Amino acid sequence: MKRTEECESCPLSAAAPRARVLAIVGPPNSGKSTLFNRLTGLSQKVANYPGVTVEQRIGKVRLGGDRDIALIDLPGVYSLVPCTEDERVAHDVLTGRMPGVPRPDAVIIVLDANVLSRHLMAAAPVLALGLPALVVLNMADELRSRGGQVDTAALSEHLGAPVALVSAVRGEGLEAVYDFLEGRLHAEAPKLDRALLGDFPRCRRWAQHLGERAWQPPEPSLWSRRLDGVFLHPVAGPLIFLGVVVAVFQAMFAGARPLMEGLQALIHSSGRWVSAVLPPGPLESLVSDGLWGGVGSVLVFLPQILLLFLFLGILEDSGYLARAALIADRTMARVGLQGKSFIPLISAYACAVPAVLATRTIENRRDRIATILVAPLMTCPARLPVYTLIIAAFLPERPLLGPLLGTRAAALLGLYALGLLAAIATARLLKSSILKSERTPFVLELPPYRRPTLRSLGLRLLDRGKIFLRRAGTVILGVTVLLWVLANLPIQDGRRPPIEHSYAGALGRAVEPLIRPLGFDWKIGVGLISSLAAREVIISTLGAIYGLEEEASSAGLQQAVRRDLTPAAALALLVFFAFAMQCISTIAVVRRETGGWKWPAIQFAYLGLLAYGGAFLAYRLASLLL
Amino acid sequence: MLQLVFNKTTARASAPEPSGPARPAHPSALSELPEGAQGVIERLDLAEEVAHRLMALGFLPGVRVRAVRSAPGGDPRVYRVDGAEIALRCETAAQVKLRPPAANDAGA
Repeated sequence: MKRTEECESCPLSAAAPRARVLAIVGPPNSGKSTLFNRLTGLSQKVANYPGVTVEQRIGKVRLGGDRDIALIDLPGVYSLVPCTEDERVAHDVLTGRMPGVPRPDAVIIVLDANVLSRHLMAAAPVLALGLPALVVLNMADELRSRGGQVDTAALSEHLGAPVALVSAVRGEGLEAVYDFLEGRLHAEAPKLDRALLGDFPRCRRWAQHLGERAWQPPEPSLWSRRLDGVFLHPVAGPLIFLGVVVAVFQAMFAGARPLMEGLQALIHSSGRWVSAVLPPGPLESLVSDGLWGGVGSVLVFLPQILLLFLFLGILEDSGYLARAALIADRTMARVGLQGKSFIPLISAYACAVPAVLATRTIENRRDRIATILVAPLMTCPARLPVYTLIIAAFLPERPLLGPLLGTRAAALLGLYALGLLAAIATARLLKSSILKSERTPFVLELPPYRRPTLRSLGLRLLDRGKIFLRRAGTVILGVTVLLWVLANLPIQDGRRPPIEHSYAGALGRAVEPLIRPLGFDWKIGVGLISSLAAREVIISTLGAIYGLEEEASSAGLQQAVRRDLTPAAALALLVFFAFAMQCISTIAVVRRETGGWKWPAIQFAYLGLLAYGGAFLAYRLASLLL
Repeated sequence: MLQLVFNKTTARASAPEPSGPARPAHPSALSELPEGAQGVIERLDLAEEVAHRLMALGFLPGVRVRAVRSAPGGDPRVYRVDGAEIALRCETAAQVKLRPPAANDAGA
């Protein structure tokens, strides 16, 4: 009873009251999640543990009827001493202290059979908890091919728990795991000296001793060493790294374009079909302008996001991402971030939403939050329509560097640089102020190179796609409907009002005194409010206000903007868009990933102030000079 | 127990310079270990949380560690401990002090 009160949205509370709950735990890179995916397939739910950035993954193992089992995939941890958030979550779930999550009835400990004695150290504190446990030695195929051996019977006897040798990637040896899940495997609470808990030297001696008795370590992986010789080579390494970054960038922009255009055409034509079917009137306008227009403008980013995650998935599963982090660390350290922040920040040039999701590879919470906070400053393509409109309206095209660089391209590059500089300054500020105290160092484990599997890539894409679509389907839908209502009410003489007499117009006039110092009038005010849904929406809003075509490249809109904005105000508008966090999707995903409203609120306020201050300064300076 | 292993109070105060009189031939910290060479950890002069994290990864007193390679810029460096490769920044590795070579040790 109490459980449902504490956390109604937790997937577990919805589970049948008698369903057994098991947890999977293990150190990072043990293939824990691969096993979890194997056992649960598509029936997974991803949420966040209350108040923390740690992902809660719960799946159902279908054994038929009421024998189904709820399986919790705990974060990868080496110890249960609650120092990091991951360790605290693992500790709290296993000891039954996590609100909304029942104490597991049993636990599956996943270890990499190739580094057994090292991973046994991580198993000891879990075994010491006294829950019925199965010790799964994963990556049996690799152990075999590298000439290692393990005596599972001896190990089982010493641990007081059943031991299964499996390959989760290949699905080998899973019968024993199912036997355990169904309760057919004899598993009483393992006996282990509780004194091992938290005593690392003793724990290691125990693990080494056990390893020597029951395990023949495999030959070191020559493959990994040779590949590292190339990927971490002083000259070739950075070049390959640069190539990978360019490839990811290129794929997101050039590769995703046909898909995005196709999707856009589809949304457009289906929207037209819908508006043809519906009787003309407010409902038709709400559906075709509000729903199709608003949600559609966000939905077109789906191919780009999926493509990015495909790339990131391949990089991460193959082991290259860790090498990339190693290479980038020195540069990132200069701005107070770390190597693992690099790839998420690069992704933010495509869209801040997947960038925020990509920060999950950063275990250090402070570094992760700092990366999330600066990500929206990277120039995403949603800003381009605004940039294009203003630059085209105010800056005549002239060659600067011969035919190579014109004034307009230079202005655009300048805006990219502005965002980057603000990001660097912000990262430094954060790491020397509110995110300073963390003493966790940069520690990066380099896993052996492995071939990514389609299965894990597919599940990852599905997971990320679902998160994005859910946001588009809820938050963004809500905001676009709200904006539509504001723009179309109050009804005058049975028709929608001209925009200046609508609620949106009134709102624009209400904020006018606030944005007057930046050189903006109420029309830009309406545009700024509507651009909260997504930045590029300001173009269609301005189009509606001026009663013109909504294309950013249209001469009519450019003229109208030129009439209403001074050059100084136009510059201020560009600066405002470079900094402000006008993106509901990002706000929503930051809330989700940081486990509360605190960080998105801080971020929105900070970027808002930065935008306002920057725009004000730009307006004043430009007014003096121009 | 833990207090025996690392020294909390010296964590912030101690300077990264090699302590004591000159012992030029022998690297006194992990960060000074030449590439390909091995050393045995004596103690971790790091704050409790940091030391915890490293110890959970196998950086424990008496354990033999090999400096495997460096990132292209020279920092961070990759160390091999208990069969795993772990990268640490030099600022962290400088606080992982090594034993004089003759001493008895464990691990691989």
